[in-house]
Amino acid sequence: MSSHSDESGKKLGMWLFLYTEIFLFGGLFVLYAVYFARYTSEFVAGGKELDQLFGVVNTVILLISSFAVAASITAVQRNQQKRTLAGLGVALICGLVFLINKYFEWSHKVANDIFPGSEKLAEGPEGQNIFFGLYYMITGLHSIHIIIGMVLLLVSLVCVKIEKITPTRFALLENSGLYWHLVDLIWIFVFPLFYLVV
Amino acid sequence: MPVFHMDNRLWGSMDITQSFFETPAPARYKGILSWLITTDHKRISLMYLFSILFWFFLAILLGGLIRLELMFPGQTFVSAQVYNSLFTLHGVIMIFLFIIPALPAIFGNFFLPIQIGTDDVFFPKLNLLSWYLYMAGGIIAILSLFSDGFPDTGWTFYVPFSISTHTNVSTAVFAAFVLGLSSMLTGLNFITTIHRMRHSLMGWMQIPLFTWSLYATAWVQLLATPVVSITLLLVMVERYVGVGLFDPAKGGDPILYQHLFWMYSHPAVYIMILPGMGVISEIIPVFARKSIFGYKAIVASSMAIAVAGSLVWAHHMYASGMSDTAVFVFSLLTFVVAIPSAIKVFSWVSTLYKGAIQMAPPLFLSLCFIYLFSVGGLTGLVLGAAGTNIHVHDTHFVVAHFHFTMFGGTGFAFFAALHYWWPKMFGRMYNFKRAYIGAALLTGGFMFHYVPMFILGLQGMPRRYFDYLPRYETGNFLAGFGAAFMIIGMFLMIMNLLFTLRKPRNASSDPWGGTTLEWQTPSPPPLHNFISEPEILKYPYDFTGVVERYSKETKE
Repeated sequence: MSSHSDESGKKLGMWLFLYTEIFLFGGLFVLYAVYFARYTSEFVAGGKELDQLFGVVNTVILLISSFAVAASITAVQRNQQKRTLAGLGVALICGLVFLINKYFEWSHKVANDIFPGSEKLAEGPEGQNIFFGLYYMITGLHSIHIIIGMVLLLVSLVCVKIEKITPTRFALLENSGLYWHLVDLIWIFVFPLFYLVV
Repeated sequence: MPVFHMDNRLWGSMDITQSFFETPAPARYKGILSWLITTDHKRISLMYLFSILFWFFLAILLGGLIRLELMFPGQTFVSAQVYNSLFTLHGVIMIFLFIIPALPAIFGNFFLPIQIGTDDVFFPKLNLLSWYLYMAGGIIAILSLFSDGFPDTGWTFYVPFSISTHTNVSTAVFAAFVLGLSSMLTGLNFITTIHRMRHSLMGWMQIPLFTWSLYATAWVQLLATPVVSITLLLVMVERYVGVGLFDPAKGGDPILYQHLFWMYSHPAVYIMILPGMGVISEIIPVFARKSIFGYKAIVASSMAIAVAGSLVWAHHMYASGMSDTAVFVFSLLTFVVAIPSAIKVFSWVSTLYKGAIQMAPPLFLSLCFIYLFSVGGLTGLVLGAAGTNIHVHDTHFVVAHFHFTMFGGTGFAFFAALHYWWPKMFGRMYNFKRAYIGAALLTGGFMFHYVPMFILGLQGMPRRYFDYLPRYETGNFLAGFGAAFMIIGMFLMIMNLLFTLRKPRNASSDPWGGTTLEWQTPSPPPLHNFISEPEILKYPYDFTGVVERYSKETKE
């Protein structure tokens, strides 16, 4: 009565899930919008304190990783296992580099006494506290999503290796790819909101 | 009673096919494992049924304790602190563990695939995962009780109190988060199932109305739940780290919390009521022996409620100090959302008009639903209008209003669905007389319980108060008796149903004379739902065949 290898159905399910992710971040973006309107000058000052170089590098890294994932999906359809694995490998390394960058960026901030509950933020203007509060919340949640995305890519990589993902059955890889693109896309919005808000 | 047969021959046959009770899926598991790791949507539905009933009765008990405490002024038998926890737990359990999952997770799981002529939901394993998330949420909620005291914030977890109170709010909030995830995945599953697994001959305008209502619900579940998920996570972060996003001392705005919370929680009331409306739309035509009035209007109004219901959240916040423009806009939108609900009520009543009505417990409960829900809806307009709202804001009037819609609405739809589909799910017919007595006690008790609250609210008695002035004594005293009748009535109805499980199966495949696909399969259905290819009617509520069979039978 039903076909359980309905690949486009699986993709539909994934798209629906991606909507929920957008709304999850949407709640935080609403907070950003409201507080940006209220504390515009503090947000601009806060944006200047962030290191744009870090932001640009991370953006480029994620764009490369997205390309690698897209390439691996094309490769799997053409039955090129090695290229598929290479694409996923590159994407995973990019994800890791992104997290390492984030770690250095955050620890630099913490060393400068900028973190939720720190004295500098408590004594500084209210808008500054909110800006960095949102900065940690949004980039933190985004990093968690990077980790989830990397796990999905890793599972896909193993499945390609043991040939559970084949040129005719690759919904898992495609869905992991969709998830990765979403995480990437969210960063494309996070980046200007924090680093380029001048 | 000529129509509702225990053992009839004409109205479908008692097939000897093995039901899903006898055929586990996957087949290699036996006993309890055949339930705990099943992917069969019918078994998962029954697991939901019994776990949800457990929470339901616990929350009823807590609600009863609240009313008992309020029957007399001053402290009766619990302290003010325990009282705060009582109404918090009553609300949290009723909303997150009963009323949101009840209709979609039990009846949706069981009947959605059957009504669209397929053998399971699209993601059976995800379906099982949703049940485990539901159970995990429940267990986390229990855990929250045994450390640092019961949560005492009310189910809304309003800041700043939810961030500053010493009770265990984090765990309770996390439980709600997990339960939200469960409900979201169920919605995702249903949408995909309806799109991808519908019978090839069934077009969109041939889908039964219960499934349509689940479709609308699923979209709300999917689009609104993530907003509350992030809000609840923020409450946890604030409790552990103290970023200050909602703390005015640190530049935050507590009103923003209320906006984010109601952005989900108001659409969530439509998650609660839409499937209930779907159930009523199924029951009314069957017992009126007449095609549903305005099929397309009901479908369109379900979708309209889903859309308009997402745009009215701030009508919970008229007294919070929002701008007057916002109050005006949200008041207007609130009035708009009343229109599609009213369309449904008109359609149900018009279906009954000039029908050949056969009274049965499901119809009786549905009629009570229409009345109680209409009262709930109309008093909702009193609250939706900004002027009158200020007078009754946060009083017992609000409590009575949302119990009329949530309990008088969804709760009664739940009981109606239980009585309508019980013979199909378990293959057993129940005693009508006891069901009628239980339902009458429930409805009578309901009125006796909540009408005094409307009056108390108009007189100005605030909600959530532990103690009250002497002039509110009579109303509170009377409401306590209503609560007792209600609890007895519900207990009687459930026991009546559970008692049938000890008897052999006696229900035919179509005891009521329904036209949707679930009545074309044996009761209880076999593992793959249908023995032979189901016949898809051109119009899902075409009763010509049913009326013919019925008239033939009465002649005999």
